[in-house]
Amino acid sequence: MKVKVISRSTDEFTRERSQDLQRVFRNFDPKLRPQEKAVEYVRALNAAKLEKIFARPFIGAMDGHIDAISCMAKNPNFLKGIFSGSMDGDIRLWDIASRKTVCQFPGHQGAVRGLTASTDGSTLISCGTDCTVRIWSVPVAATLESDHASNKPIEANAVYVGKNAYWAVDHQWGGDLFATTGARVEIWNHNRSQPVNTFEWGTDTVISVRFNPGEPNLLATSASDRSIALYDLRMSTPARKLIMQTRTNSIAWNPMEPLNFTAANEDCSCYSYDARKLDEAKCVHKDHVSAVMDIDYSPTGREFVTGSYDRTVRIFPYNGGHSREIYHTKRMQRVFCVKFSSDASYIISGSDDTNLRLWKAKASEQMGVLLPREQKKHEYQEAVKNRYKHLPEVKRIVRHRHLPRPIYKAKELRRTVIDAEKKKEERRKAHSTPGSIVTESVRKRRIIREVE
Amino acid sequence: MGLEEETGGSAKDVPPTEQELSAEFDTTLQKYLRGEGADLEALKDKKLKGQLTVREKLYGNSAKAAAKFEKWLMPSEGGYLEAEGIEKTWRIKQDQITREVDILSSRNQYDIVLKDLGPYTLDFTPSGRYMATAGRKGHVAIVDMKSMELIREMQVKETVRDIVFLHNETFFAVAQKKYPYIYNRDGIELHCLKDVTTGEMIGNFRTGLGRTETMQVNPFNGVIAVGHSGGTVSMWKPTSAAPLVKMLCHHGPISALAFHPNGQLMATCGREKKIKIWDLRKFEVVQTIPGHHAKTLDFSQKGLLAAGTGSYAQVLGDFSGSQNYSRYMGHSIAKGYQIGKVSFRPYEDVLVMGHSMGWSSILIPGSGEPNFDTWVANPFETSKQRREKEIHTLLDKLPPETIMLDPSKIGTVRPYKKREKPTKEEMEAEKEAAVEAVKDIALKKKTKGRNKTSKRVMKRKVLIDKAKKPFIEKEMQEAGKLAGKRKLGEETELPASLKRFVRKKAAV
Repeated sequence: MKVKVISRSTDEFTRERSQDLQRVFRNFDPKLRPQEKAVEYVRALNAAKLEKIFARPFIGAMDGHIDAISCMAKNPNFLKGIFSGSMDGDIRLWDIASRKTVCQFPGHQGAVRGLTASTDGSTLISCGTDCTVRIWSVPVAATLESDHASNKPIEANAVYVGKNAYWAVDHQWGGDLFATTGARVEIWNHNRSQPVNTFEWGTDTVISVRFNPGEPNLLATSASDRSIALYDLRMSTPARKLIMQTRTNSIAWNPMEPLNFTAANEDCSCYSYDARKLDEAKCVHKDHVSAVMDIDYSPTGREFVTGSYDRTVRIFPYNGGHSREIYHTKRMQRVFCVKFSSDASYIISGSDDTNLRLWKAKASEQMGVLLPREQKKHEYQEAVKNRYKHLPEVKRIVRHRHLPRPIYKAKELRRTVIDAEKKKEERRKAHSTPGSIVTESVRKRRIIREVE
Repeated sequence: MGLEEETGGSAKDVPPTEQELSAEFDTTLQKYLRGEGADLEALKDKKLKGQLTVREKLYGNSAKAAAKFEKWLMPSEGGYLEAEGIEKTWRIKQDQITREVDILSSRNQYDIVLKDLGPYTLDFTPSGRYMATAGRKGHVAIVDMKSMELIREMQVKETVRDIVFLHNETFFAVAQKKYPYIYNRDGIELHCLKDVTTGEMIGNFRTGLGRTETMQVNPFNGVIAVGHSGGTVSMWKPTSAAPLVKMLCHHGPISALAFHPNGQLMATCGREKKIKIWDLRKFEVVQTIPGHHAKTLDFSQKGLLAAGTGSYAQVLGDFSGSQNYSRYMGHSIAKGYQIGKVSFRPYEDVLVMGHSMGWSSILIPGSGEPNFDTWVANPFETSKQRREKEIHTLLDKLPPETIMLDPSKIGTVRPYKKREKPTKEEMEAEKEAAVEAVKDIALKKKTKGRNKTSKRVMKRKVLIDKAKKPFIEKEMQEAGKLAGKRKLGEETELPASLKRFVRKKAAV
């Protein structure tokens, strides 16, 4: 007879000394876990509720400017700092951690329309409505000692005067050229007082410019004639132009997929395009109720933040049609510029009420150093919530956002208008010969034509 | 060849072939995959298809990791009993086993004789560490099975019919003469479930099916099965007043009921001396075992079935995997002692029987699950771990609506049912209902001469017409379709030369 019985010796299954960790034994067999789906569902519900309890995205406001903030710039080499320029010509460098001004760059007579930092972080370039381009050197010592907070004014390295007001400036990634726009697109070198190259296409003002992060010679601009134009520095003529029905206020390239860019448009939506195929938008992001003023991509390339004239900041997924998050405050008025911090954790918004505001990118994220156990727990909560987020109870909690009354009303109004138009279109189609009325797809609808 | 068959244990000596290994791995993999994958070919949405393919791959990887873990990293191996030669396993006695086995396990085989206080019933905590026993005449005791230490002993001075542990060993409930009472580990009475309106009662249902003597919870899905004196077993969930299932199991009253831990098998025993094994997915008998009038039944974690009849306990096992239970072991206690309850100890190869003179514990190799999971049930739990676990179980407490016959339905999509067209009467009824609803609306009373009667009447008429409009549109659509069908028929009848005179209507 062969016999064996389960016998467990206590020493094998308990810890030896009291300073040891308790021993953990696992058996992943599903039969030990009856009703596991029901338990998971309850956990998903609790995770959704906890996320809402801990959702406190607003961190603080940076006070100091005395006029509306018109532009911001990130320093690629220094995570903690951000430059901001206002409508009265005041440029400041802020330390985000302490939310204080590190130093000021006085000099502009009118509004500062564009700010950009060179790739090595040592130079700041600004342009404004006083027809000047100013080049500043960023003091490295001051940026390191953030508790200095001396607000030292700094003299400009160089001032280049032009003929017309400048509207935007952007620096080449990894190169030493920068582009300014105004009446035309001009390419400058740091040392030359005249532009190295000029591009002109049409007679309207060009209002924004962005260099491509992956292809340093490619840049995209948007103009008052409702067009988006792509330029290649190696060619003498502009490359391609896309004309839409409404003006694009700002463009941002996806840092992880550098051929795609997203344009923030006046018709309350953002359009993502593939630069190789401009006749159709890749995705239309609709959720704002007023013109979208600025857009910036997260360094992960998976989401972007937009600031709009309707006093809200929204975060969209790169391939999703609707926003995943909305931030608003009573005190925040029209948002003119937004930036995603380079570590993908924070959002900085500059608005009409002279404040820069610091927000968390993930509203319920726990800031600071997390223990591995805490991290695992957060990851588990996120995963279990995502598994059941389509079910009605969980969906209701996850989707819920408080909207200010004007936004809510505006949204409802837009909804009724869109529904009425749709119904009319359907009825027209129903009462005409099949095939005579063709509905254009949403992605092509707002594009008028593409010009070579 | 013949010798090898006789010995029967030679399969263990020859190393398994690669094919057998991979086949075994596949079966364990299937277990961890928890069902079929999603059919991604039917999807048209490319984005969703891409996301789901990635997810399915991840599931496959985690199932493989779990299967590998099970194969290589489990600390304990299960027990077994193999007869050699002409020996039969059911003739092997407990003292033979106790002699062969190590000293720690042999201490699990004992008899405790308590003559005075009536037949004993017992219950284990899910980890198998603590046991609660109660004698009919009011003797209640909590015992720590690892150290055989008596934690608390008391006399409740009333007849006790049943005892169960609540979520852990600190609370237990005793079914006393009139009402159930809940006690603390120290024996302090916490609640008397006397008044049906206090506390949070979820449901109170009349079965209408006759006297019930047995009740069991199905551990797989949480439904409660009740056995009636008419031979029916009814299954209940807390949120419905009618039973989920009513099965006629036996010709006579049901004397015992037990569920297999995988939730698919149920064993019932009736007074007509038959044990029937039911498949709970099809609600059919899988096997009938005649000749046993078992007063108590219990399934072990590994699927062995213990039946207690009089002073003899029979253990049946399903060794071929085809749900065919055959004799495995048996044990008879002293003549005259009546077995009241058999219960397998979780995570141990032990069967404890409560009888009229106390309780006995015997060794049944191969009945317990050898590897426990610390986060599910830990026999070596410290008090700190117990407190943490209590909080986690409270957080994961299931609302009563989640208890259903098929627990895997949670999170699934309801199948799309094509709604049949409502009949004419139904449409009429709907129309009437809509008109009635509109008539009830109170119109604003206008002042300053704007409240003319004619205007009010006109407004009401407009509202009623608006309410009727969608129904009329539908009717016209139907009429149009019918007319279209008729027209088609007519067209085919006309000769070719007259076809040019047929009025062509634009297609809708």
